[in-house]
Amino acid sequence: MDFTFNEDQQAILDAVKEFCDEDLAPKAKETDEAAAWPAENVRKMAELDLMGIPIPEEYGGLGMDFLTWSAVGEELSRACTTTGAVYGAHALALVPIMQFGTEEQKQKHLIPLAKGEHIGAFGLTEPNAGSDAGAVATKALRDGEHYVLNGTKIFISNGGEAQTYVIITSTDRSRGARGLTAFIVEKGTPGFEFGKDEKKMAFPSLPNRELVFTDCRVPKENMLGRENAGFLVAMRTLAVGRIGMATGAVGVARAALEAAVPYSHQREQFGKPISTFQAIQFMVADMATEIDCARLLTWRSAWLKDQGKPFEKEAAMAKLYASEVAMRTTTKAVQILGGYGYTKEFPVERYMREAKLFEIVEGTSEIQRMVIANHVLRELNR
Amino acid sequence: MNIVVCIKQVPESTEVRVDPKTNALIREGVKSIVNPVDENAVEAALQLRDQHGGTVTVITMGPPQAEEALRHTLAMGADEAILLSDPASRGSDTLATSYVLAQMVRKIGDVDLILCGKQAIDGDTGQVGPGLAERLGIPQVTFAIGLEVTDGRLQARRVLDDFFEVLEVKLPAVVTVVKQINDPRHPSMKNVLKAKRAEIAKWTLADLAADPKQSGFEGSPTQVLKVWPPEKRSGGRRLEGSAEEVVDELAETIKGMKIASG
Repeated sequence: MDFTFNEDQQAILDAVKEFCDEDLAPKAKETDEAAAWPAENVRKMAELDLMGIPIPEEYGGLGMDFLTWSAVGEELSRACTTTGAVYGAHALALVPIMQFGTEEQKQKHLIPLAKGEHIGAFGLTEPNAGSDAGAVATKALRDGEHYVLNGTKIFISNGGEAQTYVIITSTDRSRGARGLTAFIVEKGTPGFEFGKDEKKMAFPSLPNRELVFTDCRVPKENMLGRENAGFLVAMRTLAVGRIGMATGAVGVARAALEAAVPYSHQREQFGKPISTFQAIQFMVADMATEIDCARLLTWRSAWLKDQGKPFEKEAAMAKLYASEVAMRTTTKAVQILGGYGYTKEFPVERYMREAKLFEIVEGTSEIQRMVIANHVLRELNR
Repeated sequence: MNIVVCIKQVPESTEVRVDPKTNALIREGVKSIVNPVDENAVEAALQLRDQHGGTVTVITMGPPQAEEALRHTLAMGADEAILLSDPASRGSDTLATSYVLAQMVRKIGDVDLILCGKQAIDGDTGQVGPGLAERLGIPQVTFAIGLEVTDGRLQARRVLDDFFEVLEVKLPAVVTVVKQINDPRHPSMKNVLKAKRAEIAKWTLADLAADPKQSGFEGSPTQVLKVWPPEKRSGGRRLEGSAEEVVDELAETIKGMKIASG
């Protein structure tokens, strides 16, 4: 076992931390309250080669691993949750095109994504499909050299701002999950439009939009993976996405702890800093311990992926645990700050609202428990 | 256009501890960084290179670990870095340092412009840049907040106490820059990885055909007799209330101190 980063990983993390502390964190409140796409942060991430960390250099990436991608994501989310979320959602287009794309698709779509010239998004969720991926109703029907897409995706992160979309469609409704097919759809394709941008509890600067397909003709060379093998594309993508969500959750939990501790030293009650009271100390101890557990689970799942080993169960564990830690930690941070924690003068109320997202997005906690239980019940059934 | 940037590695902390016996800074446990305004000099050089072509070479004189500071500038995008590290250069004051740096610039050869930060956050003298220009016998512009190069001439905007001054000089020249000149870029991750593997040239005084009497302790007429941290300010009183109340109270207090008449 080795719990240290290698020199390259450490050098990247050091440089990213500097960027986060100097550029992202001081403007995080502003970025959030702007309720607008954080274009400048996204541009800077591209300039700094952060948009294609786990993609090989020949496809415009940094040629590093998913562990580095995860550790960087934690720093980004800790400094600016919105920017971290854009980074996480972008990977949902990078990963499937890297894994399932043909050479032509990689040349055309992966390189600009990895360089950050294009932003990516992933469309699975629909009004009646999400946790139940097999119920996808967006149809794709073959018509000569094209497929014709009809249907609506909802809640799509980076929707409207991204140029490259990986869309899960149904090519054979009768076969359910075995009749799904993935396509790469570019912004600007006739018949592909953006609908409602959801107003949410948090993350007003992160678009979560409807994608509306009306007789949208997509060339057949944009099919990602084989026809009717889209469920596999979706599941593989979501498995990595769970590492990403766990990463974001650890980031926001850390931000909350790092806001609560200095406050507890400075805030005096009964003539003493509240950090001297055991009630506060125990909360701090639990927060720090749980964050460490969540991070280790997250890094392990990324490491397993890098080793080419199965990581689906571990990614689900990381996502489940980290998102619930984020919720508990941010709630405790608000509690430590008391009345001030409930105000918008301090960032912890925002962290608490943001944390809730992680328990829902990319598979709710309940879905994660189902995934984990399926693995465990099978593994131990001898 | 070939640009040389002189940088210094300094302790990050402003709370410097001093060894009472040697009068030297205690560097253990203190993170070392590129002197902040030297990063602005590197950024200015990179921008000029991107406009006019050529190369940016970053040089420093210091202990072997100053290599890390040079790597940071390579990660920012500098083309080459040279470290002069020689036990005999230890104890160099600004006169000796400017001599050694001038010898380095001479050895590099074809140089159009030399950029330095205005001053270092540890020594705070601001003398090395001007000293270097004198040693090389070329024009100097200090405290530049803007630079433009056209046809072998450089226009620099200097920031002074109450006004700006625009100077034009022939190249080659030495220019020291202030923090406000630009916003130093963050290194891209590809450059971070490239810089880690980059070869950094290591020179000694022997490589410079330098006069040993002009560097190190021997070449340094300035001797630091004693260094100590400033005493922490203590006491003090915070006046609170409306502006009028505070002013009245302040006036009374000052009168009470018998330092102001009237």
